[in-house]
Amino acid sequence: MKTFKLAALLATVAVPTASFATDLEVTHWWTSGGEAAAVAELAKAFDASGDKWIDGAIAGGGDTARPVMISRITGGDPMGATQFNHGQQALELVQAGLMLDLTDVAEANKWKEVINPPSLLDSCTVDGKIYCAPLNIHSPEWLWLNNKVYTDLGLPVPANWNEFVASAAQVEAAGKIPLALGRQPWQSNLAFGALTIGVGGLDLWKSINVDKNMDAAGGADMLKVFQAAADARKLAAKSTVQDWNQATNMVITGEAAGQIMGDWAQGEFQVAGKVAGTDYTCLPGMGLNAYISTGGDAFYFPVTGDAEKEAAQKRLAALLVSPAVQVAFNLKKGSLPIRGDIDMSTANDCMKKGLEILASGNIVPAGDQVWSPDVQTQLGDLQGQFWSGDMSAEDAQAAYVEILKSSM
Amino acid sequence: MADTVTPRGKRPQSRFTTNNIVLYGILGVMSIYYLLPLYVMVMTSLKDMVEIRVGNIFAPPVEVTFQPWIKAWSQACTGLNCDGLSRGFWNSVMITVPSVIISIIVASVNGYALVNWKFKGSEVFFTILIFGSFIPYQIMLYPIVIILRELGIYGTLSGLILVHTIFGMPILTLLFRNYFSSLPEELFKAARVDGAGFWGIYFQIMLPMSMPIFVVALILQITGIWNDFLFGVVFTKPEIYPMTVQLNNIVNSVQGVKEYNVNMAATMLTGLVPLIVYFVSGKLFVRGIAAGAVKG
Amino acid sequence: MSGQTRPVRVLRNLNAKIAAVPMILTTLVVFVGGTIWTVIYSFTNSKLLPKLQWVGTAQYERLWNNDLWNAAIHNLLFFGVMSMVFTIGIGFLLAVLMDQKIRFEDTFRTIMLYPFALSFIVTGLVWQWILDPGMGLQEVVRRMGWESFSFDPLHDPDTVLYGLLIAGLWQGTGFTMCLMLAGLRGIDEDIWKAARVDGIPRWKTYIFVVIPMMRPVFITTLVLVAAGIIKLYDLVVAQTNGNPGNASQMPAMYVYRYMFTAQNLGQGFAASTMMLLSVLIVLIPWAYLEFGGKKRG
Repeated sequence: MKTFKLAALLATVAVPTASFATDLEVTHWWTSGGEAAAVAELAKAFDASGDKWIDGAIAGGGDTARPVMISRITGGDPMGATQFNHGQQALELVQAGLMLDLTDVAEANKWKEVINPPSLLDSCTVDGKIYCAPLNIHSPEWLWLNNKVYTDLGLPVPANWNEFVASAAQVEAAGKIPLALGRQPWQSNLAFGALTIGVGGLDLWKSINVDKNMDAAGGADMLKVFQAAADARKLAAKSTVQDWNQATNMVITGEAAGQIMGDWAQGEFQVAGKVAGTDYTCLPGMGLNAYISTGGDAFYFPVTGDAEKEAAQKRLAALLVSPAVQVAFNLKKGSLPIRGDIDMSTANDCMKKGLEILASGNIVPAGDQVWSPDVQTQLGDLQGQFWSGDMSAEDAQAAYVEILKSSM
Repeated sequence: MADTVTPRGKRPQSRFTTNNIVLYGILGVMSIYYLLPLYVMVMTSLKDMVEIRVGNIFAPPVEVTFQPWIKAWSQACTGLNCDGLSRGFWNSVMITVPSVIISIIVASVNGYALVNWKFKGSEVFFTILIFGSFIPYQIMLYPIVIILRELGIYGTLSGLILVHTIFGMPILTLLFRNYFSSLPEELFKAARVDGAGFWGIYFQIMLPMSMPIFVVALILQITGIWNDFLFGVVFTKPEIYPMTVQLNNIVNSVQGVKEYNVNMAATMLTGLVPLIVYFVSGKLFVRGIAAGAVKG
Repeated sequence: MSGQTRPVRVLRNLNAKIAAVPMILTTLVVFVGGTIWTVIYSFTNSKLLPKLQWVGTAQYERLWNNDLWNAAIHNLLFFGVMSMVFTIGIGFLLAVLMDQKIRFEDTFRTIMLYPFALSFIVTGLVWQWILDPGMGLQEVVRRMGWESFSFDPLHDPDTVLYGLLIAGLWQGTGFTMCLMLAGLRGIDEDIWKAARVDGIPRWKTYIFVVIPMMRPVFITTLVLVAAGIIKLYDLVVAQTNGNPGNASQMPAMYVYRYMFTAQNLGQGFAASTMMLLSVLIVLIPWAYLEFGGKKRG
C-alpha cells in the first residue's frame, strides 16, 4: 500500500514537468519599483507564449547578485537565464563553454541587422558566435533635477552642469542638499564618468578609455575633471543614503535638487507619478556634451544539457529581442531599446532625448565594455574614497592613472 | 542601616546599601542598552510610514497598525514575487532541522572520539578544526562550490546540509570535547572493563549524561543555521531559499522610500524562531555551559 | 614483531576510527585542501574562473600596495583589539555582577543574551538606524531641547569603528557573560571561604585567585571572540558597507569584493592567504600551549 501511494505521489509531482510548458528560472537584480514593473512585462510575454517564467530576483544590486549567479553556473546547477551587464562580466563563462550558443536564434531573427548600435551584439560575440541577447541600453551620463526646488527659489532650472554648480550655493542656503549621491562606490564612479564626458568632453574620454592614452589620463584636462568632481563632492557632502534609488527619491521629494544617475532613474520618477519636463528635468551628457554611452543589460543562457530547456531558452532569447517586448519593457524600465526599427512614440520627454542621441550616433561604449570588472571595481573603490573623503584632486588623479596602467 | 523601610524579606538590611544601588544601577543601565534596539524595532513595526516620518524612533505609536507585519509576512515584493517572508519560512525549517541534527550528531561523536578514543594524530585534526573556525566563510566559498559540484549535490538541500555540518563542526566539536573531558574518566574505564564498545559507551553512558551540552549545541546551531544568509543564497536556488534570503530581498528591494516599518516587522519575524528558543531555554543554556563546556 | 601487531592495532579502535571519518574528511579535504588550493591559486592570474597561469608574487605585491587592503587590515586590528578588550571586560564584569545572588537573575540574563539570537544583518540594520543622525538618537536628544547635541559616529571616518563596536558589543557581550558566569559558578565555594578567612578583599580575590582559575574559560572565550572578529563581514556590510570612504572596510569584504565583483580570483585568493596566515600566527602558539603543556602535566 505504502509504496503504491508513494508511486502515485511521485507520478503527480512528475506530471507538470512532462507537459509542454517549460519552466525557466530567470535570475536578475531588478527589484526597485520601476524595475520590477519592467520585469513583469518580460514575464507576461514569456508566460503568454506558453512557457513559465520563474522569477529569481536577488535584491541588493549586481554586486550582490553576480556572485550568486556565477557560483551557481560554475557549481553545475545553473538557472535558465540570467542577467549580466553588456561587456566582459560573463566572458570567461562563455569561454569555458558554460553558456548556450545562440547563433541560430540570432540568424533566424536577423539580429545582426536590427540590433543598434552594433557594438551591443559585438559584446555578445565570442569567436564569431553569439552568446547573449541584448535587452536594453542604459546610459549613465544624466543629470536629474527637481524643477520645483528651483522655481520655489525663483531661479531658472539649470540647463547644464555649470549652471547647476553656480546655483548650488542658493539651493544649499535654502536648506536643501544640492546633489544627492548614494554611498556605494559604483555610484561615485558613475558620477565621475558622467563628469568626464560632460566636463572633459568626448575626445578626452575616448583617448583615455578607448585608445588607452595614459598621457591624457594624467594630463591637465583630466585634472580639471577631478577638480570638478572635488567640487561636486562638496555639494553631496550631506547626502548619506546608500542606494541609488533612495538618492533619486531625495530628488523626487525635493529634499535634494539634483542627482547624477543613469537613465534608469527615470523609472522611479515615473512610478512616483512625476512628469518629465514639468516636475523634473533630465540632462543627458550633463547638458554639456550630448553624448551617451551604451551600457545596459543582456541575458545569457547557461548550458543545461536538457534539450527541452534549451528550446525554451532559445524561445526566450528570441522573445527578448522581439519588437513588442522591446517596446513594453523599455517604456517601463526607462531604458532605450536595442533596435531602431520600432515605434517608441509613446516615450516621454527624457527617453525621446535619449532616442535622438542614439539615432544621431553620438554614442560611446560603456565603462564595462572597455575595462575589465577588475579595473571597474578598483576605479569604484578609488572614487568611493575620493567622494567621501578629503583626497586631493592631484592624488586621486595619480591613483587613477596607476589603476589604468596596471591593467595593460 | 538596620532599620528597614519594608519589614518583609529575609535580608532586609542589604536592600538599600550603596553596593546594591550601584549593582542594580549598572544592571539597569546595561539592560536599557540591550533592550533599546528591540524596543525600537517593535515600536517602528507598529507605526505607519507617515508617523515614522514625522515622529522620533523612540516614541510609541499613536495609532497601532499591524499592516507592516501582514505585509512583511505575505505581501512584500521581490522582483515579481509578492508573497513576503511566508514562503521562506518552511524552507528555513526544512534546512534547519536536518542540518542541526546531523551537525550535532557528527560533532558529538567527534568530541567523544577525541577525548576517549585518542588515536594517532587526533589532536592534529582537532587543531586543524579550530583553525577552520577562524576561516572566514567567504574565503571557502569557491573550494566548497567545487566540492559540491564534484559530489553532484550543488543547489540541493543535501548540499546545504553538508555545508552547515562542515562549518558547524569546529565550534561544536570544541564544546563536546571540552564537555566530555570534564566527565570522570572512571566511568569510561569501568564500561571498558565491562566490555562495552565504542558505540555502546557512547549511547549508554555518554549520551544520557550530556543533555546539558546538547542543549547548548542545539541552541547555537538553531541560531546559526536559521540566521545564515551567505550559504543559503549561494548554495541553493529560489525554490529553497531560506527566510533570511527573503529578508535581505525585502530589506534591499527599495521601492521609492524605505519602508522601515515593514523592514522591522520582517526582521522580527525572521528572528522569531531563534528568539523563542532563547527565551524558552536561556536557563538551560547557561546551565549547559556551566556543566563543563568551558573547561579547557 | 611489529609486523604482527600493526594490523591488530589498525583494527583495534575500528569503530572509533570510522566515527572520526567525517571529521578527518572535513579537516583534510575542506580545511587543509581548501586552504592549499587557495594558496596555490593565489600565485596565478585567475580571473572569473580558476586557471593555473602563474604570475609569481604579483598578486601579493599589488595587495600590499593597495590602499583599500591596508586600510582594511588597519581597521580590523583596531576593531579587533577594542572588541576583544571590551567584550571580555564587559562580559566578565557583568558576570561578576550577576553572580552576586541578585534578584531577577533570569530576567537580566535573558535581556543580555537575546541579541545573540539575532543575525548580524539585523543587528547592523537596527543600529544603523538608531545611530542615524536624522531620526535616531541624535535627533531625539535634540528635540528634547539640547540643540547642539551631536552624535553621529557612522558618518565620520574617525569614529565609524566605534559605531560598529557599539553594535558588535550589543550582540556579543551577553554570550560572553554567560560563558564567564558559567566559569564563576564552577569555582569552588571553599576558595571564597578561605579568602574571607584570610581577610583578602573581594576585588583582590577576583583578580588574583578567581581569574587565574578561570583560564580555560578565558581561552574558550578568546577563541570564540577572535574567530568572530576575523570573520567580521555581515555586520559591516549591513551597518556601514565599508563607508565612509574606506574607514570601515574589513579584509573579508575585500576578499569577497575581489573574488566576485572584480572577478579577480587571484587577487581575492592572495588576500585570503594573508588572512589565513594571520590566523596561523595566532593559533600556533595557542596549540603549542594547549597540547604541549598537557603532555608535560
